[in-house]
Amino acid sequence: MATTTESPKKAREAGRSGVPPVRRITGPDPASRGRGGQRFILLGLILASLYSLFPVYWLMIAATKDQVGLYQSNGLWFSGMHLWDNLHQVFTYEDGIFLRWTANSFLYAGVGSLGGTLIALATGYGLARFDFPGRGVVFAAVVGSFLIPIALLTLPLYLMFSKIGLVDTPWAMLVPCLINPFSVYLAKVYTEATIPFELLEAARIDGAGELRIFFSIVLRMMTTGGATVFLLAFVNTWNAFFLPLTVLRGKENWTLNLGLYNWSGKRAESGIDVTSLVLTGALLSIIPLAIMMTAMRRYWRSGVTLGALK
Amino acid sequence: MIRSQRWKGAAFTVPFQVGFVFLYLLPIGYAAYESLFQEKQSGLGLGGATREFSGLDNYQLGLTDSAFMGSILRVVLFACVQIPFMLLVSLVLALFLDALTSKAANRFRIVLLVPYMIPGVVAAIVWINLYSPEVGPLTPIGDLFGFDWNFFAPSMVWPSIGNLLTWHGIGYNMVIIYSALQGVPRELFEAARLDGASESRIALSIKIPFVRGALVLTGLLSIIQMLQIFNEPALFRNITPETVDDSFTPIMIIYNQAFNAGNYPYAAALSVLLALILGIASLLFYRLTSKEVD
Repeated sequence: MATTTESPKKAREAGRSGVPPVRRITGPDPASRGRGGQRFILLGLILASLYSLFPVYWLMIAATKDQVGLYQSNGLWFSGMHLWDNLHQVFTYEDGIFLRWTANSFLYAGVGSLGGTLIALATGYGLARFDFPGRGVVFAAVVGSFLIPIALLTLPLYLMFSKIGLVDTPWAMLVPCLINPFSVYLAKVYTEATIPFELLEAARIDGAGELRIFFSIVLRMMTTGGATVFLLAFVNTWNAFFLPLTVLRGKENWTLNLGLYNWSGKRAESGIDVTSLVLTGALLSIIPLAIMMTAMRRYWRSGVTLGALK
Repeated sequence: MIRSQRWKGAAFTVPFQVGFVFLYLLPIGYAAYESLFQEKQSGLGLGGATREFSGLDNYQLGLTDSAFMGSILRVVLFACVQIPFMLLVSLVLALFLDALTSKAANRFRIVLLVPYMIPGVVAAIVWINLYSPEVGPLTPIGDLFGFDWNFFAPSMVWPSIGNLLTWHGIGYNMVIIYSALQGVPRELFEAARLDGASESRIALSIKIPFVRGALVLTGLLSIIQMLQIFNEPALFRNITPETVDDSFTPIMIIYNQAFNAGNYPYAAALSVLLALILGIASLLFYRLTSKEVD
């Protein structure tokens, strides 16, 4: 923005030297108008930031309160430090099932996404760098499946899984994670951007087999793309709700989300109030995701933007 | 490309293709097949239920089911208010970011993306407690200003959910629109400024038309999500089952038909119907918004 960075001194000099600044003729001084506008813009963004952060701030405060403080103290400020008691409660309530749910969430999101990413990278590579009959059909299926409502897939999947005895086992969560059309789409886009045809040709002339090329050249060059695909799949699985609700019955296989949903329903169900437990648990369930997303910021941001290209 | 290489290339996609058949095509086919049957009580109901082929009866039933059609209408009406509002706020924030230096824009972008990083279930839990008259700070704040609001009242449930969705979605949509804005050639602004255009005029006449594609896309994604809304009302139902009943949204009805009523064929028919409605809505939206360009 060259117009606003120009100093007033420079403008004055320009005026003195006899060359009238072009902008002065057309309206008010753009520099001053820019400053007022800038203040307005900053105010808008600060308000939006407060709106974004306020619930998280409140959650952090609430996690430090006991049941009495939660109901009676000012919601916007601390009252007594009970964070350790709350954590103790969360991890011991119902025989420490919260830890089990955390481990489950890590298992489904971690292992499921890893397998899904590997399959997606192979598929994306195949689609982007080979011309085989039926390639168009496969790609059309990938893009077309973005529109399929979750209920249309999940309910019959539940019936099929129950027939082969997968319902209520970790496999019911892990198997669907292996096939992720959006990951395939991303992998194809990344392959197109990073793997040149010439490189593959050179490797072939050197006598490398196709599998060897994939595992020792393509996968290595796709670390960034692969990390993005993995991260987005991980977040997706960690956040999943409808699938686990449908295919998992017993508490011991639940995810964090299902567990928190169940705890938050206790108030209506049986009159037991576990609100402080739910809130502390909710805060805890954000932490692994927040750490991972901060550590891999550049990956998921490019993923979010790429998501827009589909 | 050599023939054998082509087939080796195809082989890389085989695991996905096999999985896609078992996890996508088969289930959809199975649902379509199931939807053609009905459970009938045989005799006096002593012999248990038997399946009978019933053709498209389930679909006819679904199309005349006032609860199902009502839930779709409810969600569509809500979408017509919430999505434009959320996109407008996202667009304004993206334009604001675009007017800042990239360093400052980066800082705000991270902060505004915080809600997006929070799982939907957790976001709903947090807002439900913020709304709660016993625990949350919003009711006392309302009292302070003389508002006597009840966020769980029948007339307030949708605005309450709408605020939750807006809070959760602004950052994501803003990032998409902002990255589209970054693609506008900067020379255009200089030229417009020299012609005496104000910053707001530049935003209206250059920037917004340029990001139309991103707006259509975010709109389309939001519509797809909204027609399938489930998590948020399900959590609200935990707190106010009398306001948010079990036929509040289309997917809630489908879930109930399948798992509480045990009427799986009907649930399958409804999910096929929902898929068709989703496809039509997306197509319609795409047509309407891309026609404006001409």
